[in-house]
Amino acid sequence: MMKKYYDAVVIGAGCAGLAAAVALKKNGIEDVLLLEKDEETGGILNQCIHNGFGLSAFGEQMSGPAFAQRFYEQAVSQGVIFRTGVMVTKISPDKTIVCSSMQDGVVTLQAGVIILAVGCYERNSGAIAIPGDRPAGVYTAGQAQKYLNMDGMMVGNRVFILGSGDIGLIMARRMRLEGAEVLGVAEVMPYSNGLPRNIQQCLIDYDIPLYLSHTVTGIHGKTRLTGIDLSQVDENRNPIPGATKRIECDTLLLSVGLIPENHLGDACGIPMDPAIHGPRVDESYMTEIPGIFACGNGLHVHDLADYAAHQGTMAGNGAAAYLKNGENLSHKISVVAGNQVGYVVPSYVHTENVMKTAELYFRVKQPMEHVEIVIRSGEKVIRRMKKDHVIPSEMEMVIIAGKMLEGLQDDLIVEVHA
Amino acid sequence: MFDIVIIGAGIIGTMLARQLSFYHLKTAVVERNSDVADGTTMANSAIVHTGYDPQDGTLKAQLNVQGARMYPSLLQQLHCHHKTTGAFIVACGKKEEEHLSLLMQRADQRGIPYRVLTGQQAIKEEPHLSDQVTKVIDFYTTQVIYPWEVALRCMENAVNNGTKLYLNTEVTRIEKRETGYRVHSHDRFFDTEMVINCAGVNAPLIHDMVDAHRDYEITPRKGEYYVLDHDCTPVSHIVFPVPGPAGKGVLAVPTVYGNTLIGPNALECDGDDVSTTPQGLQAVRKAITKTLKDMPMGHNIRTFAGIRATSNRHDFIIEEVKGAPGFIDAAGIESPGLASAPAIADRIVHQFVEPRLHPSANPQAETTVQPPVIMSELSIEKQNEMIRKNPLYGKIVCRCENVSEQEIIDCIHRPVPATTIRAVKKRVRPGMGRCQGGFCQPSVLRILARELGIAETEVCLNEPGSTVLVRENRL
Repeated sequence: MMKKYYDAVVIGAGCAGLAAAVALKKNGIEDVLLLEKDEETGGILNQCIHNGFGLSAFGEQMSGPAFAQRFYEQAVSQGVIFRTGVMVTKISPDKTIVCSSMQDGVVTLQAGVIILAVGCYERNSGAIAIPGDRPAGVYTAGQAQKYLNMDGMMVGNRVFILGSGDIGLIMARRMRLEGAEVLGVAEVMPYSNGLPRNIQQCLIDYDIPLYLSHTVTGIHGKTRLTGIDLSQVDENRNPIPGATKRIECDTLLLSVGLIPENHLGDACGIPMDPAIHGPRVDESYMTEIPGIFACGNGLHVHDLADYAAHQGTMAGNGAAAYLKNGENLSHKISVVAGNQVGYVVPSYVHTENVMKTAELYFRVKQPMEHVEIVIRSGEKVIRRMKKDHVIPSEMEMVIIAGKMLEGLQDDLIVEVHA
Repeated sequence: MFDIVIIGAGIIGTMLARQLSFYHLKTAVVERNSDVADGTTMANSAIVHTGYDPQDGTLKAQLNVQGARMYPSLLQQLHCHHKTTGAFIVACGKKEEEHLSLLMQRADQRGIPYRVLTGQQAIKEEPHLSDQVTKVIDFYTTQVIYPWEVALRCMENAVNNGTKLYLNTEVTRIEKRETGYRVHSHDRFFDTEMVINCAGVNAPLIHDMVDAHRDYEITPRKGEYYVLDHDCTPVSHIVFPVPGPAGKGVLAVPTVYGNTLIGPNALECDGDDVSTTPQGLQAVRKAITKTLKDMPMGHNIRTFAGIRATSNRHDFIIEEVKGAPGFIDAAGIESPGLASAPAIADRIVHQFVEPRLHPSANPQAETTVQPPVIMSELSIEKQNEMIRKNPLYGKIVCRCENVSEQEIIDCIHRPVPATTIRAVKKRVRPGMGRCQGGFCQPSVLRILARELGIAETEVCLNEPGSTVLVRENRL
């Protein structure tokens, strides 16, 4: 049976949630409960059987399940309490949690702090509204990955992929290895949305063509997919008349973006930042509802799981500090996405009693070479750094010393200049 | 030998089947698709119009008013979801206000209640209304329903009373016999006294199987829609422009589950073409700005198209086919067909079936069906009672819509079973939410395979051939 009260409840046992739970325990928090909807911990990492995980977190290459296992073992040795097969259906600003499971039924818990590590979901054919029929054979890349890697089932034989997001690239290789014909990947932007290493290892190494400035403008098939229309687009992403060709295929995978999954947070009234589709948080990853924290891909979509896990650790530290010291009531300033910056996390920072370091995560709006990243408050430059190149698919992270934030009055602006 | 064969299990066919199941009659419902309510009934605006719109003297006018009045008790008997939202008919400027006067006249004559609002009053109630709006009529008794739920419950009710349902059964030919008809499909035939043609846009095909001199045409007209997620609620009333010649225009509809429908446009199309088009979707986005501003179209989770069966008589066609006694057409059932459906079924029974077959009432027939368990609508105490009895009610499979595994299992074993992923989605909603099945579809597929005793590679999205998985992995 679950208890009525826990000091901390972490929702979601992917790497961010596992790392957050570990951090809470390491900070001496007694009762840390980790709730996971699936029967096993690990989250989406369990279906990511490719390697490339762990370089930053552990200094070695490992698969997704192995990467998750490391955090799981840490959590077990730290004495985190696990409950799997539990779906949280509601959280409230008073930090009550309603959850449902086969073992315990529908239970209401009280938490001292809640950490949301709920992950993200995939933009799908509904959201991007591709015209045409609605046959079987159209999948999000992650859905196909689940069928293939978790259930051992193939979704199709002749595959086209829309969107050069990392899961799409990895699935191009995976389906090729499994014997499918992979006909190509279309990307509406003039540059790829995946990590350069995935372009090389998943497409170029397998001679799979990448169609930049192309999109899918038609879906055909009454029962199962029979073909798609591939169109070249102009600089405004509009299809160029006459530049469309039919590609016969039985499968279309969509890798067109990830969106933090925040129906729990929305229903709870947690203010969201529309630029990230996740909660507005401070430098300790607390949302604007005191005692509720967010991290990982449920806060904003990361490029690498290592960073999502790292953010989980930071959120765990922040939540532990809140439990020990209460809310940081000092003056807050906004963090603003300036020149060429798409978004910045956190949305605001405190200017007193800040932890030793604060991190700023952001993405640039377009690929740029030889840039200078500037972080300033009014005219006062906090940090300035040069970079050879920046691309939207790679998240940028800048660490600043907590004491640099002390006493600031004006908004913190993050900008990138060529 | 059947007394009656109904061709088509849409809203008309299923409601008729239910009505007929209250008599001592042997009835078969023959449906081409893999599920009931899979055509026009699945893809429409889901509104029970009160009946102010059809022109005087039409069957539409008569049956719409009558049908709308039959709905409340019907919905209650069958435990169907509904929401009384009201319907704002929105005029921009003097010319459109004149049209509102016409609608008010009709409403007065037909006893349909409404209230009148100035543009400013209306904007207070619907903040997204366009600033151009000058006057609004609110037909405040207008309801939204879940059309395929109504059709399904009607069919379940009929099946429980002994009606036979044949899915995946396309009528290929009809033979006139000495008495009655022999209705053929690819693998069987049905001998029957009467045939009721409720085949929607395909009604002419069925008609032509018994008569070479059809005197009406049906033109399929496609309507395309956007569906917005239930995390936004831009409108609380249905919002219409003033109606035009091509229909009721592009509307915004708050559905029973909190989603918002935006649509439809009206494009003539080929038979069963329910594809969406870039032009059509763009037209919908543009048209909605006539009545509503700043609509959160970014919350779109789905687009779809539905087909209406528009006849060149511009009215419902409910009549016996000349030279084919006992063969009844129910054709040209476009809007307000859903609202009129109970009255259309009633009319067919009283005008054609009773005089011909003189059936006696079956006192044993049920008029209701046991509703399915919907966990998200129960109190926590009741939820726990259910989970104690069956723990799978506690295992949530679809997080967007909060659906448990047992609810999915239940719908696979009801009187009209769900056998496909879409049939499950229509009944208990996994796949209806923002992830569109991205997370839950593999679980739903596995549950279907297990419960139906078929291989996972045999599970279909909807119609036969729409398989989701092609083979097991080799590696």
